[in-house]
Amino acid sequence: MTTLLSVVNLSKRFGGLQAVNEVSFTVTAGSIKALIGPNGAGKTTLFNLISGVISPDSGVINFSDHQVQGLRPHQVASKGMARTFQHIRLFPKMSVLENIMIGRHIHSRAGFVAGMLSIPHTWSEEKKIREKAHEIMAFLDLESLADVEATSLSYGQQRNVELGRALACEPKLLLLDEPAAGLNMSETTELGALISRIRDTGITVLIVEHDMGLVMDISDEILVLSYGKKIADDVPLAVQSNSEVINVYLGEDDA
Amino acid sequence: MSSKFLQIFGFAVAIIAIQIFTQITDSAFHLTQLTMTAYYSLLVIGLCMLIGYAGQISLGHAGFFAIGGYISAFLTTHNLTAMKGKPFIALCSKFGLLVGRKDLYGGDLLVFHPWAACIIAVCTVLIVAYVIGGPVLKLKGHYLAMATLGFGIIIYRIVLGTSGLGAADGISGVPGFTLLPGVTISGSGSGKILNYYVAWGILITGMTLLLNLISSRVGRALSAIHGAEDAAEAMGIPTANYKLKVFVLSAGFAAVAGILLTHYNGSIGPSEASVMKSVRYVAIVAIGGMTSIWGAVSMSLILNYFSLRGSFGTYDDAVFGVILILIMLFAPDGLIRAQVLVDLKSFFKRITSKEAAL
Ligand SMILES: Nc1ncnc2c1ncn2[C@@H]1O[C@H](COP(=O)(O)OP(=O)(O)OP(=O)(O)O)[C@@H](O)[C@H]1O
Ligand SMILES: [Mg+2]
Repeated sequence: MTTLLSVVNLSKRFGGLQAVNEVSFTVTAGSIKALIGPNGAGKTTLFNLISGVISPDSGVINFSDHQVQGLRPHQVASKGMARTFQHIRLFPKMSVLENIMIGRHIHSRAGFVAGMLSIPHTWSEEKKIREKAHEIMAFLDLESLADVEATSLSYGQQRNVELGRALACEPKLLLLDEPAAGLNMSETTELGALISRIRDTGITVLIVEHDMGLVMDISDEILVLSYGKKIADDVPLAVQSNSEVINVYLGEDDA
Repeated sequence: MSSKFLQIFGFAVAIIAIQIFTQITDSAFHLTQLTMTAYYSLLVIGLCMLIGYAGQISLGHAGFFAIGGYISAFLTTHNLTAMKGKPFIALCSKFGLLVGRKDLYGGDLLVFHPWAACIIAVCTVLIVAYVIGGPVLKLKGHYLAMATLGFGIIIYRIVLGTSGLGAADGISGVPGFTLLPGVTISGSGSGKILNYYVAWGILITGMTLLLNLISSRVGRALSAIHGAEDAAEAMGIPTANYKLKVFVLSAGFAAVAGILLTHYNGSIGPSEASVMKSVRYVAIVAIGGMTSIWGAVSMSLILNYFSLRGSFGTYDDAVFGVILILIMLFAPDGLIRAQVLVDLKSFFKRITSKEAAL
């Protein structure tokens, strides 16, 4: 089993708040790892650190044989990491198809000059981008919405489009920040099956999620954060019976 | 794709029709303003790309226009005869960058060839835009507007205060620009119709390039940056780099516009660098619908033409200011857009469905 992502002693401070505190963990290629913890535990901050949105104060992030800490997000993305956002970030005034086509950016080349001159090479590239986007829409059952403005869709559909956009990157690692937030029970079950299918295509998944049912169902490993600190990192059964984890979640109704 | 070229073709036909109309009605004098309008429109479409598609405001584009125009005017009028001996000038002369001609009074002039001047001017503008754009494009919204405004003001004060650039009078006596043998951009002389077609031909070329860009991978990426910069970055789009490139590109359009219009007019003055000019260009882009090259061109055609004809009288600048305010207040998506029809449809639908509900 190879390690796709390894995080070593990662820390980030916001003013007086230690949002992420000396966190270390690894993600095995081809697995689903969940990242859980109470509100404000630092889960999204950890995602932002890994994907390059913010730089860590200290620590090392090794992703697919590259040190990626301190790189810009687009550089990290081009190494094969894609993400979704806790608050959906679709491109407004663009169709579902166009949103997903953006996901093909790192797999295509045409620059400003080629684009302006519309040289024939760009046509075949554009055709490939479109085909791949349709393939992904078919996978996510979004075909019928291809030409609809993405931001006009229902919450669940928007989540799917955002997922499709990330899948279009053909990432090695997919970061999902609370993909089940706002979904009803049957939608959540479907999402769980979908994430498993995504993993089966060879994509490694790191998922932040509050829905414990979903997390227990699909993950191979669970990492638990509390106040920026790692308190557990194990298989679901072990995490479930971990006394520190139970302590942290005591009083939370979804534990 | 084919509809794009159909539109461009239709536009070209309209341009020809206008010329034929002026011929028939014996009003060829309109062609002068229409030619100037085409050059201003060249700046406007570049700015439309920047504001509408990439979502980055600039209140300094008259500055780029003026830098282009002034450099070209200076180099093609500044007499180098006395400096013939200097090694640099000798070198320029050796490479054929200089031309000799007679001035109004029959004296000898040694000046830069318009092509050499043009290339120097464009390159200078691109470099200035690159240097300014780097830090400035890190800013957003109001701050970006203020910074570019500041740049515009600086350029205005420089051209106004530099005696070598004619200070308040500007530079006149700028020669025509022979693009190809027999094709000279110049307002004086008999080439009125030719100049009209050259100007609109250049504009249509510029539009084609930008329309191509918009429907390309890069155009899509720019829209993404406009819509959600963090998400675009997460998808692997180098947002800072793209913003800088589109800024430099739009400055390049402004530079070419400034250079060609200066040769056409035979002169350039500091008013071309004024902030009110920048505001005017932004107003035209806004009323054209922000994200529409076609809207920008049609509004530019109408408004610049009437402005150049003097239709707005002493309120010329005020008209554009008022337009900008009204657009921002009542139609932030501009007037020229398909959405207007959709809005109207849904409005009527709402009314009728309300009636049905009663
Ligand atoms: N950019 C920032 N600047 C300052 N403080 C921040 C910033 N981002 C997050 N924080 C703070 O860091 C802490 C961790 O936030 P984070 O968003 O990572 O939590 P989370 O585990 O994702 O929580 P939730 O489950 O509510 O999404 C919070 O106290 C938050 O207020
Ligand atoms: Mg979060």
